[in-house]
Amino acid sequence: MPKVLERFRSNILIFLAVLGPGFITAMVDNDSGGIYTYSAAGAKYGYLPLWTLLPITVVLIITQEMCSRMGAVTGKGLSDLIREEFGLRITFVLMALLVLVNLTNVMTEFAGVASSLDLFHVSKYISVPLAAIGVWFLVVEGNYRGVEKVFLIASVIYVTYIISGFLVRPDWKAAAINSVRPILMLDSGYIYMLIGMVGTTIAPWMQFYLQSAVVEKGVTAKEYAASRLEVTFGCIMTNVIAFFIIVACAGAIWSVAPKDIKDAADAAVGLKPFGQYAFLLFSAGLLNASVFAASILPLSTAYSVCEGLGFEAGVNRRIREAPVFYFLYTSLIVVGAGVVLIPKFPLVQMILLSQVLNGVLLPLILIFMVILINKRDLMGEWVNPRWFNWASWATVVIMVGLTLALTGMSLRQGPG
Amino acid sequence: MADNLLYFTELLSMPVLDLKHRRIGRVKDAALVPREHAARIDRFLVGGGDTWLTLRFDQIQSIALDTGIQLSDEQLLPYHDDEYMLRIGRDLLDQQIIDVTGRKVVRVTDVTMAVQHDGQRDILTVLEVDIGVRSMFRRLFQGILPGRWVRRLQSRIPPNSIRWEFANVVEPDPLRRLRLNISYEKLEDMHPADLADIVEDLAPAEREAIFDSIDSEAAADALSEVEDPKMQASILESLETEKAADIVEEMAPDEAADILSELEEETSEEILEEMDSEPKVEVQELLEFDEDTAGGLMNTEYVVLHHNATVADAMSALKGNEELLESLNTLFLIDEEEHLTAAIPLARLFLASGDSRLKDLASETLIQVTVEEKQDRVTEYFDKYNLLTLPVVDEEGKLAGVITADDIISLLRQK
Repeated sequence: MPKVLERFRSNILIFLAVLGPGFITAMVDNDSGGIYTYSAAGAKYGYLPLWTLLPITVVLIITQEMCSRMGAVTGKGLSDLIREEFGLRITFVLMALLVLVNLTNVMTEFAGVASSLDLFHVSKYISVPLAAIGVWFLVVEGNYRGVEKVFLIASVIYVTYIISGFLVRPDWKAAAINSVRPILMLDSGYIYMLIGMVGTTIAPWMQFYLQSAVVEKGVTAKEYAASRLEVTFGCIMTNVIAFFIIVACAGAIWSVAPKDIKDAADAAVGLKPFGQYAFLLFSAGLLNASVFAASILPLSTAYSVCEGLGFEAGVNRRIREAPVFYFLYTSLIVVGAGVVLIPKFPLVQMILLSQVLNGVLLPLILIFMVILINKRDLMGEWVNPRWFNWASWATVVIMVGLTLALTGMSLRQGPG
Repeated sequence: MADNLLYFTELLSMPVLDLKHRRIGRVKDAALVPREHAARIDRFLVGGGDTWLTLRFDQIQSIALDTGIQLSDEQLLPYHDDEYMLRIGRDLLDQQIIDVTGRKVVRVTDVTMAVQHDGQRDILTVLEVDIGVRSMFRRLFQGILPGRWVRRLQSRIPPNSIRWEFANVVEPDPLRRLRLNISYEKLEDMHPADLADIVEDLAPAEREAIFDSIDSEAAADALSEVEDPKMQASILESLETEKAADIVEEMAPDEAADILSELEEETSEEILEEMDSEPKVEVQELLEFDEDTAGGLMNTEYVVLHHNATVADAMSALKGNEELLESLNTLFLIDEEEHLTAAIPLARLFLASGDSRLKDLASETLIQVTVEEKQDRVTEYFDKYNLLTLPVVDEEGKLAGVITADDIISLLRQK
């Protein structure tokens, strides 16, 4: 018996040693854009969209697992590998796209900060600059391990969504049934919403961030089993949070009167009749998610670009040692936060642009990933097993198809 | 001068002309054969039709940017992968190498070569590997803009290159290292802290390659400087047990014990097994202590004398412990029962005559801790009494080891 306990203890220790990258990446996936998508789905279609969460989880696990495996086995970041295997020109184009996509993403995160604090009557001219400065210092002044701890704590704050989901007293029976019963309707709004839910799930930056974070953490091929568990756990948690967001909005808004909401803050307001706490927790969650993603996106972008193009990178280096890294990092924050403050800035069009660029970039990256992970000279015994390759390619095809569909639909009718 | 230079990006897809000036193909890659010459481009791989052909350097008459490569002998053999070739395009371009003078890991964007005429033919030699924005510009626009334009435009960007002799290729496969004549001797002369920074930037397989090939002493010094204990452990784990043991033997016993305690018990036992008995016993003793106590912090590198010893005795004792001198600043005295009686700051020896008794030179108060003392208390002592060295005694008051200020600095930095 003690032997079993000992094994259990050492397994827990290994798990804690690798905890961080997968969990954080999965959590940031529920950024302000993600929260909006889920809220909108719940507010308009109630419990119906819940069934998509199960396949979304599977797809998420498959892609994230590949990245963390590549990180653990090769000890190199994704952009490093792309550069080494596909050359400078491809890397340069990918990185240029990545910077553009992520810049628009950073804008939406700061817009999320602005709208969530607006609910508490804080002017965006105060909240956004403060958030930007806070984010900059957190990463530049801290070391990566400290920052990772802050991120892990931020991940825990997502629990607010679970609590607000309970406070709303939704119809649990309907929620349970709809989680496992797929319903398709030939309603263009419904299909658009479904595609949107899948489309926001896998973003290009996540692949880069996760793999670099796994490398930075020093996860080795030997510890990889624990790392895979962590990634899986993170992906499941992300979708549990998504479940509660949908359920909260279904219970609070849809059950009263189904409607379109225009941003995530709108959803928080919809929760107000169910008590101050439900509203507070939902908006606090939104603020946390926005700040969280606003801290990670610029960092991860600057890191991937410098890695891929061969510039010095890393928060452990001084500004003079890694000028390109700090320039990129700072510009992303300054520009991303700055445009939110410009009156009449076409933010909606920017988000649209971001979706289109996302649609161009993601297929490329997923394809490169599957090619890389099948290279025996890189991965050795850790190449994809045959069945997993089928799953990977199927995922790639589904994701590419859905992303292109989303992009096409966004271009034709605008978001929402 | 500039006309004698040729960049690898320009060489790529340069036409190759036979004796009648007809184009037979384009350059696909170029290779060094390091065992024959360290910098001369020895083979060119030419793509013509379906297959690649190998072109030896002595089959070339001239190389010119505008016209291409003119052959003097057109008997080309089909290309088959040659283990002794370092292919620039495949093995060097876009890969990471170590810049020995700049002491960092860099990524190769382009390679600068010189074209020299030796009386019979044009010979290409690798001069520099290019890393900065200039070479990046060249890579991105070569083939999109006319070659002469690219040259003119890039000349406005400041160059950033590493001389070929200071560029160290990283190759994880030991057999290939041998065939390509890659050694890491140059790294052994680097400051261990710089070398540690470099290996921290590399991937695990490459780290292993470096530790595997440099001598154990340099490896031990560099390994001690690697900041992350987890990385130290995984480097040691990846090496052959024998090599790992050699490295651990060369390390200070306290650092060796720290790293071994990070390893899985089985692995660390195996390494200890391989070690020589003397360092092994010291390390094993240190391994007994809890990591966060004085015992876990201390090392056993100190000089101890009998409490009636004279300055002259101390001098001769120091002569027998020359390897400790670099970091030694205190001597210790013990009585017949090996109990610690006094600590003597080394500098006081210079002002004393040879026959004076050491105990007269001792510090006024003897500050010591037991092996059980908590880490926090130990750092507090260093701060409070401005210590450089703190003796650690066992339960019976016998000297067990010393903690030095550098141990405390590392400890505080980890927090």
